[in-house]
Amino acid sequence: MAFAHQPFDYVAPAGLRAPEPRHKVIIVGAGPIGLAMAIELANHGVLATVLDDNNVVSVGSRAICWSKRSLEILDRLGVGERSVTKGVTWKVGRTFHRDKEVFNFDLLPEDGHKMPAFVNLQQYFVEEYLVQRAQALNIDLRWKNRVISVDQKADFASVKVVTPDGSYMLEADWVLACDGARSPIREMMGLEFDGELFEERFLIADIEMQGDFASERWFWFEPNFHPGQSALLHKQPDNIYRIDLQLGWDTDPEVEKRPETVSPRIEKVVGHADFKLDWISVYTFQCRRLRSFVHSNILFVGDSAHVVSPFGARGGNGGLGDVDALGWRLAAVINGVAAPEALQGYDRERCYGADENLLNSSRSTRFMSPEPGIERLFRDAVLHLAGRADFARPMVNSGRLSKPCIYPLVAPDADLPAGARPGAVAPDAPLENGWMTEALGRDFVLLALGCDAPELGLRVVKPVLTDMIRRRYLGDQPQAVYLIRPDQVVAARWLSVSAAGVAAALEQSWEG
Amino acid sequence: MILNTRPNIADSDGFYADLLAAHRGLPEAESHAMNARLVLILANHIGDAKVLSQALVLARAES
Ligand SMILES: Cc1cc2nc3c(=O)[nH]c(=O)nc-3n(C[C@H](O)[C@H](O)[C@H](O)COP(=O)(O)OP(=O)(O)OC[C@H]3O[C@@H](n4cnc5c(N)ncnc54)[C@H](O)[C@@H]3O)c2cc1C
Repeated sequence: MAFAHQPFDYVAPAGLRAPEPRHKVIIVGAGPIGLAMAIELANHGVLATVLDDNNVVSVGSRAICWSKRSLEILDRLGVGERSVTKGVTWKVGRTFHRDKEVFNFDLLPEDGHKMPAFVNLQQYFVEEYLVQRAQALNIDLRWKNRVISVDQKADFASVKVVTPDGSYMLEADWVLACDGARSPIREMMGLEFDGELFEERFLIADIEMQGDFASERWFWFEPNFHPGQSALLHKQPDNIYRIDLQLGWDTDPEVEKRPETVSPRIEKVVGHADFKLDWISVYTFQCRRLRSFVHSNILFVGDSAHVVSPFGARGGNGGLGDVDALGWRLAAVINGVAAPEALQGYDRERCYGADENLLNSSRSTRFMSPEPGIERLFRDAVLHLAGRADFARPMVNSGRLSKPCIYPLVAPDADLPAGARPGAVAPDAPLENGWMTEALGRDFVLLALGCDAPELGLRVVKPVLTDMIRRRYLGDQPQAVYLIRPDQVVAARWLSVSAAGVAAALEQSWEG
Repeated sequence: MILNTRPNIADSDGFYADLLAAHRGLPEAESHAMNARLVLILANHIGDAKVLSQALVLARAES
């Protein structure tokens, strides 16, 4: 059933009548990233004000694939379980060449994780859940408040906001630009957005139909039903299916968007005409990023900082990675616990994360849409061989799905399992009560395994050593101590450590 | 020796990207010439006649 967009109430803001006191944080944009950012900050005791030029959640579903790590983050924000319950859980992807399966992957071959590898859930649901959560936390969400200019001063920034009742000014110590891929703030500041545009068009459609397609990702190169191009089919809740069809560069997007053009194409994919078109769009994809996400008191988060092509689901998931890396740092700066230099850590880590996402997304897009000549020749050779030789299968690239990057931290490390090394997200595991991801929480914690942790006033998590915890955290070692950041990234680990050793690692984690 | 057709390159995406990068900017005829040189270089590295003949058969087969 199609989604009914309920407009949120616009309320005339106080600033229209009299100047408002300076805000701590203004978030521009109530997409998934702006909303998640507001809730994350509220969880750290900082109430932001969110401005959005619109008054409904995403029109069209756009992002559908949410990764395990994103679900863990959403869980910390209070909407993870809801998202999983509503979403379609999947972990297997199949890739076909013509009508032959040439490659498949299983994203979560092991159990013992609270969250599945992926769920498919329309972006409008995720936004709706986040809005409701933000409202419950009394976060000031201002709909139909469009930012039209920004003025950066030494120790604050001000924005001019247009509402249906006129315009007003707002000042804030920090402005977070969560204003999406076309980021007006990026434009206003004249920042370069480097990268590449792919000369290719994709038709993206959500259709409603009764069917029992598997909860898997199906991708075709040169299918018989869409010769010479590629196609993707993905299941979403409420009998909605996502279909992506590669169109080629020479097509006219206006023509391609017309229902009378789209319907016959889709009929060929699903094999019948018994479906309803829910949303149609034609996209050209880009891979770009800002050189820096931190511009003194204006910070870029999500699509405003980086855009990728969607094969690999690295856009929204990458943006939630930004939220994860920024929230605890910015809150600490605002609460006077850390110096503003701590934000350089955000910049460095998320530029690194964005580069990994850009690299993977552009490789996938190139494979799908090779340039004529030698690129095309190699691509076709890989597809040709993949049917007959195992080695060519992992070279078939229909998207490398979003995984959290492992930050290159310089930190104390020991001979312990690689999956939990410094820079990686601490692996989940079942505890006697609940899950590791839940137990780690929102502050720095010490994870004491098979020993006591030194006394520093940090919260200590000391789980019973199950086989799974041994496998994921200890390997052959009898004991270890892990220092874990508020974003659940492993900051340092030791076989045994003194209070001074932990204090030094803690100090290092706060530095930029 | 038999031809190894199992995946054997740790970072196959990285290798594939390097391969394309090596060709970038070359006119098609030069790309073909480079491919020919590459085949000869790798064949020499392999050396084993049995392996080479299996590779020829695999590459030649129609899909
Ligand atoms: C076809 C498609 C499929 C995708 N699939 C996936 C997927 O499966 N998984 C995934 O993770 N990602 C996917 N993405 C990417 C994902 O949709 C984006 O990464 C995500 O929406 C970024 O969120 P955001 O909050 O940064 O920006 P947006 O969602 O664009 O939100 C920006 C907000 O800012 C507001 N705004 C803009 N200008 C102003 C202004 N001047 N004043 C006030 N408000 C303003 C806008 O109204 C909007 O609400 C897909 C994208 C597309 C197009």
